[in-house]
Amino acid sequence: MWPYWKNWPLWLVVLAVDMLISFFLTLRKYGLKSSITELLDLLKALQQQLIFASTDDFYLLARLCLVKDESQYDKFDRAFAEYFEGVESLDLAALIPDHWLLPGLIRQLSEEDKAKLASLGGLEQLLEQFKQRLKEQQEKHAGGNKWIGTGGSSPFGAYGFHPEGIRVGQQGSGQRRAVKVWDKRDFKDFDQNAELNHRAMQLALRQLRRFARTGQATELDLNGTIKATAQQAGWLDLKFQSERHNAVKVLMFFDIGGSMDDYIHECEQLFAAARTEFKHLEFFYFHNCPYEQVWRTHQRRAADAVSVAQLLQTYHSDYKVIFVGDATMGPYEITYPGGSVEHFNPESGEVWLKRLLDHFPNAVWLNPQPQAWWSHYHSIEILQKLMQNQMYGMTLDGLSGAIRHLSKRH
Amino acid sequence: MIFQSTEHYILSPELALAVNAAVTLEKPLLIKGEPGTGKTRLAEELAASLGTDLINWQIKSTSKAQQGLYEYDAVSRLRDGQLGSERVANISNYIKPGKLWTAFTAAKRPVLLIDEIDKADIEFPNDLLHELDRMSFDVYETGERISAKQRPIVVITSNNEKELPDAFLRRCFFHYIRFPDKDTLTQIVLAHFPTLQADLLTAALEVFFDLRAVDALKKKPSTSELLDWLKLLLAEQIAPSVLQDKQHQGGLMPLYGALLKNEQDVALLEKLAFMARRAGR
Repeated sequence: MWPYWKNWPLWLVVLAVDMLISFFLTLRKYGLKSSITELLDLLKALQQQLIFASTDDFYLLARLCLVKDESQYDKFDRAFAEYFEGVESLDLAALIPDHWLLPGLIRQLSEEDKAKLASLGGLEQLLEQFKQRLKEQQEKHAGGNKWIGTGGSSPFGAYGFHPEGIRVGQQGSGQRRAVKVWDKRDFKDFDQNAELNHRAMQLALRQLRRFARTGQATELDLNGTIKATAQQAGWLDLKFQSERHNAVKVLMFFDIGGSMDDYIHECEQLFAAARTEFKHLEFFYFHNCPYEQVWRTHQRRAADAVSVAQLLQTYHSDYKVIFVGDATMGPYEITYPGGSVEHFNPESGEVWLKRLLDHFPNAVWLNPQPQAWWSHYHSIEILQKLMQNQMYGMTLDGLSGAIRHLSKRH
Repeated sequence: MIFQSTEHYILSPELALAVNAAVTLEKPLLIKGEPGTGKTRLAEELAASLGTDLINWQIKSTSKAQQGLYEYDAVSRLRDGQLGSERVANISNYIKPGKLWTAFTAAKRPVLLIDEIDKADIEFPNDLLHELDRMSFDVYETGERISAKQRPIVVITSNNEKELPDAFLRRCFFHYIRFPDKDTLTQIVLAHFPTLQADLLTAALEVFFDLRAVDALKKKPSTSELLDWLKLLLAEQIAPSVLQDKQHQGGLMPLYGALLKNEQDVALLEKLAFMARRAGR
């Protein structure tokens, strides 16, 4: 529709530009940092008639002009879906108001469907059921026949085949193309706040390596030597510079068992990324909160136990320490002697954590719990305070922040 | 359409639109994507299909923006001055045009490839802002202004080793080349090996995608590695049935050296095959 505006009456052109501007504002709402220059680029491209009346092409062209990083592609996809289809994405499903569900649903129903729908007790009841399932369901889901997700035969979800189904994350006829490109959200992995993948973690950990390349000066600095020698009128004056090997030393403490089972995948990824990245790296495991002993293996057998006192002896304070745990427990497990759920601890977790932090000033806590939930747990608040606010979410942003803090000199 | 798939180069519609927009609107096109997805090839093929020159500026960690404009050879001028050469009077004898200069003054609108811009120093893209925007620069030594006769088609590639500054990004179109899906990859392979047997292709692609699905690999094999591997498979006349045998050579595909580029990955794969064998028992 856009490229034809040369023949359009003025009011229609104004309307089209107005649409583009509100599209642009939708992008900004989703946190894309597109500027007016880029919007003008898009207008110019449309004027050049690069595309012809196809929403798919418009999607590609708009993305080309307005988005400058693949990590922003997912935001763009969601914004595009919202603007062009009036659909809130699945992540925000809990916020979906009835008024878009109802018209969207009714539009999709044939007479036959409507008759079948009556068998389920009518639309209101289906909606009630939908909301209830949303409450029960915590994660994204695909396949299966009960949960809200994609590709299954549940009444709720997208691309499915239940006649009374409510579609989520997919709207429109699907006549021309079964699945909309932006609806697939292929670039979800690249979003900064999305869950981390292996590569993203390595990229983030690499920042620590770069910093670690400064160390003791042991390598011959040729330029410096020549300059100094010339200044000394020929007397050899050797100059040294720091070696470029990775000298960073890292201790990692993993919380294991209990509520951490939900985050096993993320932890495995971090574990794998860290192991390939650092040469000097030691792993220890604890449950909920570190007490007087930690374990070398995740089975946490008595034979593998290492006392924290011994650990403080063994590892010099230039080791950087990363705790990984959801920090979700009863507050007494941190603050009271005997608070541990597994054994009687003569001294509180707080005391032991403080000892560790006193010895290793370079420490951060990575928390795989979504940051929005943190304020609901008292134990997270306590640990946040103990860690002097060096607790970070296990997202790309969080990991980068943690690594930035670790790379500072203390 | 200015640029379309050629006999040896399969272009996705997304990328075609990106290239055509960049050519029409005379803006630099920034291309990112996994190594081996054909970023550099794109510029070569574009130049070939437009019948024009490709000016390749390969960026290294030591590259400076100034080298792309021109370099002033002060040392030879000093030496010539000592020797009393005639040339020394004219300073322009010692100015060597860089890649950007060559591109600006070319007779036919060329394709300028700035390859792997992320390898350079973090300030490098910022130093090129004005030159890419206005397509002109001043030579301070002679007071001359070099402006582009026609704006060259600029293709910039990046491997994401460093983040590029916002101001630079605003001046470019951006496209991320995704790893091709099975259909596209089949097309690409057939463009390179038109006579490949269907069963070998299916078997090879299956092995290839299984391998790419292993998350912990240090370096996932890409299109270029797949092509190398197929070339070897053909040369060695490996049968498709060998590829389907998952426990061949302790779980490693034949000629795995073309796909796996470091020994940790090889060891990892052997371990996975070993675990699969035990689970199967």
